[in-house]
Amino acid sequence: MHRQLANMKQTLFDQGYLDEQFIQLEELQDDANPNFVEEVVTLYYRDSARLIQNIEQALEKSPLDFSKLECLMHQFKGSSSSIGAKRVKSECTQFKEHCRVGNADGCKRTFQQLKKEYATLRKKVEVYFQFARQIGPVEKACRSK
Amino acid sequence: MTLEKIMSDGEGYDDFPAGLRVLAVDDNPTCLKLLETLLRKCQYHVTTTSQARMALKMLRENKDRFDLVISDVHMPDMDGFKLLELVGLEMDLPVIMLSANGDPKLVMKGITHGACDYLVKPVRIEELRNIWQHVIRKKRTEPKNQNGSADQGNDNQSSGEGNGPQADRNGKCNRKRKDEEDFSEDNENENEDPAASKKPRVVWSIELHRKFVAAVNQLGIEKAVPKRILDLMNVEGLTRENVASHLQKYRLYLKRISSVASQQANMVAALGVKDSHFMRIAPFEGLGDFRTFSGQGRLGSAALSHYTTGGMFGRLNTPNVNLHNLSPSTLIQPNHGQSLTNSISALGKVHPALASTNQSQSLFQGIPSSLELDQLQQSKCGTGMSSFNAMDNSRLRNKFSDPGAAINSSSNIFNSSTNMMLQGSYQQTMSGGGFGDQSSQNMASLNMDSFNVGVNSSSSLLDSATIQSSTTQPASLLSTEPFHSQQLPMSTTGNNGFSNDPYLQKNAIDTSSTTMSLPLEDSREMHYQQGLVGDVQNISHIPSQRWGEQGQSYGHGSTATFGSLNAHVPVSGLSHSLDQDSGIINEKMGVFMNGRLGGGASTLMLQNGNEKLASESRAMANDSFLLEQQKIQSVFAPRSYDPLDAMMNAMIKREQDETIANCDFGFDDYSFESGM
Repeated sequence: MHRQLANMKQTLFDQGYLDEQFIQLEELQDDANPNFVEEVVTLYYRDSARLIQNIEQALEKSPLDFSKLECLMHQFKGSSSSIGAKRVKSECTQFKEHCRVGNADGCKRTFQQLKKEYATLRKKVEVYFQFARQIGPVEKACRSK
Repeated sequence: MTLEKIMSDGEGYDDFPAGLRVLAVDDNPTCLKLLETLLRKCQYHVTTTSQARMALKMLRENKDRFDLVISDVHMPDMDGFKLLELVGLEMDLPVIMLSANGDPKLVMKGITHGACDYLVKPVRIEELRNIWQHVIRKKRTEPKNQNGSADQGNDNQSSGEGNGPQADRNGKCNRKRKDEEDFSEDNENENEDPAASKKPRVVWSIELHRKFVAAVNQLGIEKAVPKRILDLMNVEGLTRENVASHLQKYRLYLKRISSVASQQANMVAALGVKDSHFMRIAPFEGLGDFRTFSGQGRLGSAALSHYTTGGMFGRLNTPNVNLHNLSPSTLIQPNHGQSLTNSISALGKVHPALASTNQSQSLFQGIPSSLELDQLQQSKCGTGMSSFNAMDNSRLRNKFSDPGAAINSSSNIFNSSTNMMLQGSYQQTMSGGGFGDQSSQNMASLNMDSFNVGVNSSSSLLDSATIQSSTTQPASLLSTEPFHSQQLPMSTTGNNGFSNDPYLQKNAIDTSSTTMSLPLEDSREMHYQQGLVGDVQNISHIPSQRWGEQGQSYGHGSTATFGSLNAHVPVSGLSHSLDQDSGIINEKMGVFMNGRLGGGASTLMLQNGNEKLASESRAMANDSFLLEQQKIQSVFAPRSYDPLDAMMNAMIKREQDETIANCDFGFDDYSFESGM
């Protein structure tokens, strides 16, 4: 079971959904903070949901307020990187670049991409956590296995 | 406990950085949560808020509530940079910026706005583990200012003489000393600067330091606690914290010196203040003595104060010069001190050292040491090193008659040692080069006479030594600047034994090793601590060599001097500054100082590289310190001019060190002495 979990995680890493930051999060999890990772990720979901909504609204405006978009995306990027959401983060970076050059289409396209990645990540991570909860407290050792 | 308390007491340090109180500001909840957890993992006390305004409110409510602020750059209610500025202005707390954007331009903006650091998200825990450094750094620079202002005020009253050195010592001296010293102006000017800083900082002027040392000596170094010291000092505006932090530094200094002390003591004695070089060294030594004598602490403090205050230490160079002035004539007369100090101040910071030396001399004589020292220093400084030579050895002797006492009084050991050195050593030191040879005889005189003797003869040595150091390494020795020049005079006078030139050459090494001046270093250490390192080396070099040559001559005087100087001569301290490199040299020098060196040794030491010397001098310095005590009292046997050398070196080094190292202890100023 533990091995399965580890494999799951490894897959996530391999596929680029998560990066080392996630490991850091897990390292921070201890007896004092037994569900730290989940807590943070949950916060992330909430936060990003809000941001995505804001961005969508902003993207519907015309003309686009690029600086605002960039600002919003910056936040999104910040939180994504904090939890190690690698793919989502790179989409954010790309989005910001489009904003910088004023590429409205590029922004919209990237944003769609970003939403997709985000959705995928969320699903996978959820599965991961569910599995982890079933197994029991996930120690750091799990990771190394 | 508050950070400051931790720092000042020196206790509770073990726990640190645990318990660091951090305020984290980030509008992004995910990041904030992560940050909070990371910080908690580092065992810090964390308070979080997602709003900058809230953060400001919390900070304003209680300025002492937090030690550090970490803030995100992009925030909706307030720009992170703005918050950074406000915090810096109002609370003067270290602020670390945080952002997902690692663009160098943005980082630059953060730094220019005053951020202590700029972290890029995602933040790793390793980075957070080091943030406490910013806090310490900031706190360390603060108290100094505060002390300065306090000191100056007080010192002014006590003895004008000390002023000179103070200024030099500490650019921060806010006080306007109305010393008779002319060079007080330097201080004044420098004082202005601190005034501009937000918080009043205490500048440990020589006067203040002298008082401090006196108080410490009175209480006994083991029993000296900040509160009681504060009471004894009876200085207005000085807080227990100021004293505590100063005490901490002082203790470190003592440790350093103790190794070099012996050397320095000799030096001091030998130097008899003749040469400024010696003076510097001597002072160091004298200081060393001071320490030893600390009981008496009169001198020490006074002298030391000079030294320390002088900030000259950093400049040792100057002090050296001052030494000259100090020694010869001023021994008894405050003039010396003054000249010294003056010269020192002129030099830069050496004055204090010199002045102290002078003072030490006076101390020895039982003259109201502090005053005398101050005067000496002052006079010495003023007149420039050369005067030292002029100084009568006899005078030195007289002064030294009670070097111990005198020195002791100066808790400022540095000062005293310097003074002592100056007094006795000046003569010797002055000769610098001369010490080597003469030192033996002179040195003897220093003890009581040894200083004179050593000084006289040694003066040539010293001079040579000094000069050597200075010459060879004009830069190195005096890295602090004047110091070298000062030294030069000494050496030029007659390299009696100075083959110091080689030393000087070494000086080059000095720069790196600063330790060279071992014997001097002792005293210099004091100064050097400041970082003269570079300079010190040069200085140290010279002395070292001399010792070799002078061996005996120094022995007498220097021994005595060193003894005292040891405490004083931060040879070890210098070593410090020099750090490793110098350490070695210092030690070596110290060895010389102790008279053990015997000519060859010293040279070796020097040669070996400042490093060695540094270390040696350090060791020696410490030894000399002890030796000094004995010596001084007993007109010690010709120790070999090691002490002188050591002193010189120390002095040199100190200066060097001074510049190089930042003596926490405030001996930075001393660098003059030790670091020469």
